[in-house]
Amino acid sequence: MSENFIRFQKVTKDYGTVRVVENLDLDIARGEFVSLLGPSGSGKTTLLMMLAGFESVSGGAIILDGHKINDLPTHRRDMGVVFQNYALFPHMTIAKNVAFPLEMRGIPKAEVAGRVKKALDMVQLGALTDRLPGQLSGGQQQRVALARALVFEPRVVLMDEPLGALDKQLREQMQLDIRDLHHRLGLTIIFVTHDQDEALTMSDRIAVFNHGQIQQCASPREVYDHPSNRFVAEFIGETNLLEGTVSAVQGEVITLELPGGTAFRSHGMPGFAAGDKALLSLRPERIDLFSEGAAPEGSNCLSGEVTDTVYQGDHLRVVVETGAGRIIARINRKASEWANGARVTLGFRAQDGWVIAP
Amino acid sequence: MTGSSRFRSSGFRALILIAPLLVFLGLFFVWPLITVITQAVSDPAVSRVLPQTAAAIGDWDGEGVPAPEIQAAFRADIAANTDDQAMGDVTRRLNSSKSGFRSLMGKTVSAVRENPDIDLAEVDKRWADTAFWKAIQDNASPYTDAFLLASLDMERDSAGSITSMKEGTSANFAILMRTLWTSALVTLSCLIIGLPYAMIAASVSGWKRAVLLGAVLLPLWTSLLVRTAAWMIILQDNGIINQSLMGLGVIKEPLVLIYNRFGVVLAMTHVLLPFMVLPIYSVLITVPGNLMSAAASLGAHPVRAFLRVLLPLSLRGVISGALLVFMASIGYYITPALLGGAADQMISSVIADYSIKSANWSMAAAIGLILLVLTLALYAVYNRLSRDPIQAR
Repeated sequence: MSENFIRFQKVTKDYGTVRVVENLDLDIARGEFVSLLGPSGSGKTTLLMMLAGFESVSGGAIILDGHKINDLPTHRRDMGVVFQNYALFPHMTIAKNVAFPLEMRGIPKAEVAGRVKKALDMVQLGALTDRLPGQLSGGQQQRVALARALVFEPRVVLMDEPLGALDKQLREQMQLDIRDLHHRLGLTIIFVTHDQDEALTMSDRIAVFNHGQIQQCASPREVYDHPSNRFVAEFIGETNLLEGTVSAVQGEVITLELPGGTAFRSHGMPGFAAGDKALLSLRPERIDLFSEGAAPEGSNCLSGEVTDTVYQGDHLRVVVETGAGRIIARINRKASEWANGARVTLGFRAQDGWVIAP
Repeated sequence: MTGSSRFRSSGFRALILIAPLLVFLGLFFVWPLITVITQAVSDPAVSRVLPQTAAAIGDWDGEGVPAPEIQAAFRADIAANTDDQAMGDVTRRLNSSKSGFRSLMGKTVSAVRENPDIDLAEVDKRWADTAFWKAIQDNASPYTDAFLLASLDMERDSAGSITSMKEGTSANFAILMRTLWTSALVTLSCLIIGLPYAMIAASVSGWKRAVLLGAVLLPLWTSLLVRTAAWMIILQDNGIINQSLMGLGVIKEPLVLIYNRFGVVLAMTHVLLPFMVLPIYSVLITVPGNLMSAAASLGAHPVRAFLRVLLPLSLRGVISGALLVFMASIGYYITPALLGGAADQMISSVIADYSIKSANWSMAAAIGLILLVLTLALYAVYNRLSRDPIQAR
């Protein structure tokens, strides 16, 4: 596995006066599954389009396997692209669609037939070779598009929100299928999505986009547990943000003083010094709820009153009004239930919180 | 009120509502069409003057001299006729089928008027010849295919079989072929301009698309005569094109751009271009925009992507557009009449000549009918080809 198989170096894209991608650096290793995650208009799709060659690069360089490909036309980039709307050729049968990239490469007919069959079997559509795309369901069409993008063994597979048009169940099935293909074939996949669950489920690394810049690029666990800034913390998952001032830093433990006088000890981003303004990001599922005063020794405590509980099937959402503001906790169904108006103490350990810059 | 009567009354009300349209269609479309078709195949000259003969001779087997009853009917018709001019028409018509009738009929008419019961063989021994009776039988029917055949430069010889007319006697077939050829040229030039135009219009968006579509629709919003007159001004010997080319020193003599096939094809292409562009455009607009991107990412050079993806997908629109343009072209009259020379007139001007100048309604109707059949055949093709291939399964 060679590092830096694909490199984006100071890549910029302008549409007229609007800068959609700004000075972006990103390295992707061979065989890696990287998700580009972000709200719409954050530049993630534009970056993919530049990599595929559909959009020109305004500044910087895109390097594939040691060669700059800024000016290489799309049809010579050897990248399989899977589109959200499938982009199957409606006038060709399924088999013809999948054979298309092989024919374009002048592969002998006898070999084409075998590879098409293999690719369609891989996505469990071997029986539908003679149908037209219009006669297939959305999920089947997307599987054909996947087979078509993989059949010519491209150097990279690019996916532009490929599951966006599918219903939830099918989407989850396809997520697992794609992840399985990735592991089995050792593919390098760059996957654009605005669905954080999808990114968390499938990726080796997630690049979180906002305003044309990468906010954080790390493993799903890292991005979720240790967001690098407020945008990432809020965009991925749900979180409670508490504002305060750093009063002490000891190793990896930061002491944060809240306006009400409460002090919390928590892990956080490096580089904080006493006196800095900071935010504590506290995931709802990392908070424990106790009867008032019953919190164990050594954990951070905050008292409050339950104002709302929402039944959500597998868990309860409990809204607690505290001196530091409203905090949402996600409580396991096996724990005790809390009535509105009950006085409670919220508790969390230092490793359950994460301090970021405001 | 019962359900069925309520249904009947609502059906009746609906009928009243569509009645104006039905009456309009019947009066101004169906009835004239039937009249034209009837006119094209009817030839009542003989059957009107010789009604009893026409009724009696229908069953004659053509062997030997006709039975006395038929001869009696013939004598009775001659005796009953008072219109010498109509009888003259009959004589002419019969003479054109079998020469010798002119003198024979003259002799017979005066003989029968003197003695209504005279034996015809005594008047002239030619009445013993079956060929003359055959000519009467052939012309006795009120219906004829002579006009339709003449529209295609064909006729029936004395034996009744279809043959081509002598060369130089009629140019209808040649003009029909010229009409089809000119229409094909117009269709081709519409396709050459219209296909890339529609592709560009479908690929841009916003005001660019509005301008492109507006430009192509503009000819439809101007009067045909105004447009044709504009072309006359532009194309004439001292028109804009010739003036500028001579001013630039490209040519010394003015080019002949008008009163020839070039002017006709150019002006007709201009008028009919929307009928090519719009069907292709409407097909292309339904093609997802990223199919060409997909083809490129799969390794297709832009030219191959065009040939394998965009062109096949636009084919349905191309076929619709080509047939629309072609069908509209074969009926064109004003543009060839004003911009073409004598050798560029199309079949519609022949129809106009027959109906306006020589008042030969039957020939005008017959050519019109042939044009109608041609158009309907093309329409059937159009209908078949423009069906959705997936729905057609």
